[in-house]
Parts: sequence; C-alpha cells; structure tokens
Amino acid sequence: MVQYAVLIYAHDSAHAPDAPAEDTETCDRHSDELQQDGSMVAAYALTPRGMATSISGDAITDGPFVDSKEVVAGFYVIEAPDLDAALAIARLNPVVREGGGVEVRPVHSSFVKAAEQTAT
Amino acid sequence: MTDAAAVEAAIADTHRREWALVLAATVRVARDLDLAEECVQDAYAAAMESWVRNGVPGNPAAWLTTTAKRRAIDAIRREKALRSRLPLLLEPEEEAGEVTAEESTAQDAEALDHVIPDERLRLIFTCCHPALSPEARVALTLRLACGISTPDIARAFVVSEPTVAARITRAKKKISGARIPYRVPPPVELPERLRAVLAVIHLMFTTGHTAPSGASLVRAELVGRAMRLSRMLLELMPGDTEVRGLYALLLVTDARRATRVDADGRLVRLEDQDRSQWDRTALAEADDMIVGCLRAGPPGRYVLQAAIASLYADAPSYDRTDWPQILAVYDKLQEVWPSPVVALNRAVPLSMVAGPQAALAEVAKLEQGRRLSGYHYLPAIKAELLSRLGRSGEAARAYDQAFALAANETERAFLAEQIADHTFPA
Repeated sequence: MVQYAVLIYAHDSAHAPDAPAEDTETCDRHSDELQQDGSMVAAYALTPRGMATSISGDAITDGPFVDSKEVVAGFYVIEAPDLDAALAIARLNPVVREGGGVEVRPVHSSFVKAAEQTAT
Repeated sequence: MTDAAAVEAAIADTHRREWALVLAATVRVARDLDLAEECVQDAYAAAMESWVRNGVPGNPAAWLTTTAKRRAIDAIRREKALRSRLPLLLEPEEEAGEVTAEESTAQDAEALDHVIPDERLRLIFTCCHPALSPEARVALTLRLACGISTPDIARAFVVSEPTVAARITRAKKKISGARIPYRVPPPVELPERLRAVLAVIHLMFTTGHTAPSGASLVRAELVGRAMRLSRMLLELMPGDTEVRGLYALLLVTDARRATRVDADGRLVRLEDQDRSQWDRTALAEADDMIVGCLRAGPPGRYVLQAAIASLYADAPSYDRTDWPQILAVYDKLQEVWPSPVVALNRAVPLSMVAGPQAALAEVAKLEQGRRLSGYHYLPAIKAELLSRLGRSGEAARAYDQAFALAANETERAFLAEQIADHTFPA
C-alpha cells in the first residue's frame, strides 16, 4: 500500500471557526465514509481563506500564499495499492462536482507527534 | 555465415514489427521499464553477431525475447542488493509466474503467440496514462511501443533532444514514483483510458501527415509508426468501434498520399488531385470497416471522422462530392465531439450546400470565439470563401494572415502563391 495526499481545492473552505454543522455536512459525511472503509490515514479540514496569513521573505501578508480563485481548503492522506486506486477514491470527493477539484500526490515521508489525544 | 546486409535487413524488419512485443515480454521479467529497454537493445545488438554466424532464426522475435529476458534476469541477480528502484506494479496473478533463464525460445515463441498480446496493451495503456502530460505520452509511446530513439523522436516533433530525453525520464519516474499501475484498465475505466490512447496515435499521425513545420509536407516515418500502432491496437481490441474507426480514418487519409504534392513538391489542393492515383484497396478496406462500425451502434468521434474522409474520397470527382451527406455527418460529429476545429471544417461542406456567404458567417463566429486564433487553417478557409465571393482584396489579406501563422514550408509556398494571385488577379 502507498500513501497519497489528497489536496482539496475549492473557492473557499466551509469550515469557518463558527460554522454550523449543516455547512460542513457534505465534507464530514465523505470523511466518515473514507474512515469507515479504512482508506483514510489522516485528515485536516482548514479554516477559510480569510484566516490565512502568508510569509514570503520578510513580508507578512493577509490571505493565501497563491492569489487564485481556489484555495487549499483541506487535505487528507489515504492508503491505496496504486495511483489508479487512489484516483478512484479521490474523485469521490464532493468538491469535484461542486466546481472545485483535488490534487493527488504520493507521500514521500511523514511525521505526526504522538499526541495525548488532541481535542477536536 | 549469413550475409551481413541480409541480417541487418532482418533486424530492421523485426525492430519495426516486433519491438513492442519483445519489450512487453521483457518488462514482465524485468519489472522495470529502463532495465527492460536496455536488455532489449542489448538483445538487438547481440542478434547482429549471432545471426551472421548462425543464420536468422525461424522466429526472430522469440529469439530476441529469450535473449533480452536472460539479460534481465542476470541483471536483477547482479543488482539485487543495489536496487532501490520501485518495481513496476503488475497485477497479482501475473506475478506468480516465475520465469527462469532456462525457459526456451520455443516457449517464448509459444508465449508470444498467446499471452503477450495483453502485454503490449499494458505497455500502451501505461504510456498513455492520463496522469502523464500529453507530450510525455507521445514521446513515451514512440520510445517504448515503437522503439524509436530519442534523437529520432526529437526530429519528428522538432524539439531538442534534451527536451525529449527529459520528458521521457520524468514520465518513467512518475510511473514508478506515483505508482502508475502497469496494466490494462478495468472495464469501467476502459473507455476513458482508451480515448487517451487513440488521441496519442491520432496526434502522431496528424503530425506526420501534415507536418506543423519544416520543408516537407509529410513526415513519413511518423505516419508509418502511427499506422502500425493503430493496426496493432486493432488486432488487440478488434471489438471496439472507435479503435476500428481510428484505423479506418488513418487508412482513408493516407490513401491520398501519392497526390498531395506534385512532382516539384508543391501542394496540390483536394479538388486538383488525381483521384486515379489514390489507394483504392485501402479506401475499400476502410469503407467496409466504417459501414460495419456505423451498423454496430451510435458512432463515436473517429468513426464519424472516418466517414467524412471516406465520403470525400469516394466521390468520382470533387464537383460530384455528396456535400449534403458530408454536412449531415459533420452535424453528428459536432454532437459527439464539439470542437472549434470541427466547426471550422464543417464550413467547407456548408459553403457547398448553403453558399460561401453562409459559411463565412460561421467562420466569423469562430474568429470572435478566439479559440482558434493561432490556427492558420481559419484564415486560409476564410480566404478561400472570400475568393469564391469575388472579394479578392479581402481574400489576399486573409491569405496573408494564414501565411503568417503557417510554419510548414510547403503550405507557406502555396499560401504565398494565393496571396500573389489575389493581389494581382489575372
């Protein structure tokens, strides 16, 4: 099995700090499905572009690093036997049919601090 | 001893016909595209010496396969400890077959006849994977499925050798690094993936048929390679109508080969071509295939394009072309494959059915759309329509635009003549 990162590109993230459950319902349901079928390794939903701060050289600016129509709204890591299988999973992401898209990239290596249960 | 020239000819012939077969069989053992390629190249080099000494074997492809596979096995044994590259992903049931160096040429001959057709398909589908850039797909297919060297690919596409080499290396790296599986896609993915394969062969052919640049109108080597690949795909997937459609399209288009330029290398327009010189056998073969495809169900893009080309070719003369029928097929084609190029080409039969003025209006719409702004056939077709309406001055200006965009010398010479004829009408 190989790990692939799936980067979600959308106009913006639905996960505002105070977002009501119905705003994030579609994303959450898809995430649950991937957790249940065992393909999901890790997942991070990011807050909207308004929360982003970028640094380039000495300059600190408000907003996403790349000024474009889409931002990375979140990313997750899946396990799959090959790229075709990973693409088949990634294309199920609801964002693909909602005007956004996903980028799939093999993971080279990773690190996650063995946490004492992070609060969510 | 066999005559060295005869051996060279036999090797060249086997290279042309059987490269994909031998490489695909070797990949199965090597499980690495680079290693397999190296071993097959070595086998071809070894053939020269051995065949001069012992004669050309009865089944040259089997001899080459056995030799290449042995080398692959040796290399794997030697390098086992050193190898860090990722092996190609093969389907599990295929991995079970342990291949040994002792496997005989006879077995290889047997295997080439039975198992291997599938192996060549794997090779092509992997080369044309949508996760690779379109340029890389073409380069990789020419290299792995046709055995064409990097300098020759560079020449065929008029790009630098390092560019081609980098494209191929990057693509191979992605195949192993991103784990693009080495297999024929399952039925659900097949139609989409097959479209990518057909597009690569079609692009190869069109680039050869009317070279986008250079002195000669045709790059015969590319045309030949595309025809051979298309025929191979037809042998491997005879049931698919688009595979048949593409082959028929190439047959019909290439059947006019002898008449597209005159003895001095100057472009001859379709209406002025000597139809008696067209390859009637190829046209008849294509006709049969197209009729069969049209009966088989709703036709796809290539079947319709082939049908159009065939309607053009079957007319006894340009004036007696069945324009309404061609226009009807173009309408159908626009439904299944909406593209501005199709809309532009449709303007030609439209002008014969509804007059040049109506066609000019369609061309004007496409001009505003701007998607064809770099495409020299747009002003060229526009110029011809204007010319037929007697608007010489405007025609000359449109020919001028076409001339500025065209990069093939044969086409430019033709356009230059048109500019002169319309600027100083006789």
